[in-house]
Amino acid sequence: MTRVGVVTFPGTCDDRDALRALSLVGAEGVRLWHGDDELDGVDGMLVPGGFSYGDYLRCGAIASYAPIMAAVRRFAEAGGPVLGICNGFQVLCESGLLPGVLRPNHHGRFVCRDVDLVVQRSGSPWTSQAEAGTTLCVPIKHHDGAWFAPDDALAGLEPQVLLRYALNPNGATGAVAGISNEAGNVFGLMPHPEHAVDGLVGPLGGRPILTGLVELARAGSAVTA
Amino acid sequence: MKVTVLVRPKDGILDPQGEAIRHALDSLGYPIGQVRQGKVFDLEIDVETREQAEALAHEAAERALANGVMERFEVVVA
Repeated sequence: MTRVGVVTFPGTCDDRDALRALSLVGAEGVRLWHGDDELDGVDGMLVPGGFSYGDYLRCGAIASYAPIMAAVRRFAEAGGPVLGICNGFQVLCESGLLPGVLRPNHHGRFVCRDVDLVVQRSGSPWTSQAEAGTTLCVPIKHHDGAWFAPDDALAGLEPQVLLRYALNPNGATGAVAGISNEAGNVFGLMPHPEHAVDGLVGPLGGRPILTGLVELARAGSAVTA
Repeated sequence: MKVTVLVRPKDGILDPQGEAIRHALDSLGYPIGQVRQGKVFDLEIDVETREQAEALAHEAAERALANGVMERFEVVVA
């Protein structure tokens, strides 16, 4: 079975939901600790949400120096698929694995609600090859969730923008909800796909995203096997 | 050696905290047009010279204390 690592930092709170969601989309979640130096041979990585290190300094900043992030960086540079959700997105931006930074919501309030995300690029593995214009309903819950990049950088990053908010909930530059790195194997988003995989308790818009991670991990493991 | 690193939001970057503080000051009757909130880091650095302390603080600020995408910093050696 495809194995996907889920990192726990001190203050991470969405790791267990991520592990359960991975099992619902056909992968085995592997628990990894922030102090680990190795990724236990996993095929993909998920950096989950929460409040790592109490959000001290800047959200995700201190986690980006944790030992496991050096291993995640090596994994990403070798082409391994890495998904960052919410605080995990902040960690990947602070690590320099993704462009931009997350800053406080423009209205200064915490937001917690389901939002519609609009797929920007047809055929991306990260959205399970959905057509551009498809909407995915996924919850957000954040205070520092406004993705920011300078205006002059945004045009160059456009091919990497995979998801936008239908209605911008936080003042994100260009209403960007999720963006990948240039190579396309690292993807981060503020909304929580791991909370949108079970119809009993919420929407299902997270399934194509987590399935995308698992498919990328499976394809990678087939190549290396 | 005592070194202070001041971190501020870059000009033009929205600062919701500063804006909330301005509102609070306004309700206290202070006619303040704008507030920008930053951070102060007081460092104790065990090196010989001012130049070494400044260089080390500068490097630490660039790598960790400030995020250059949205913040600028200033190093002040006591």
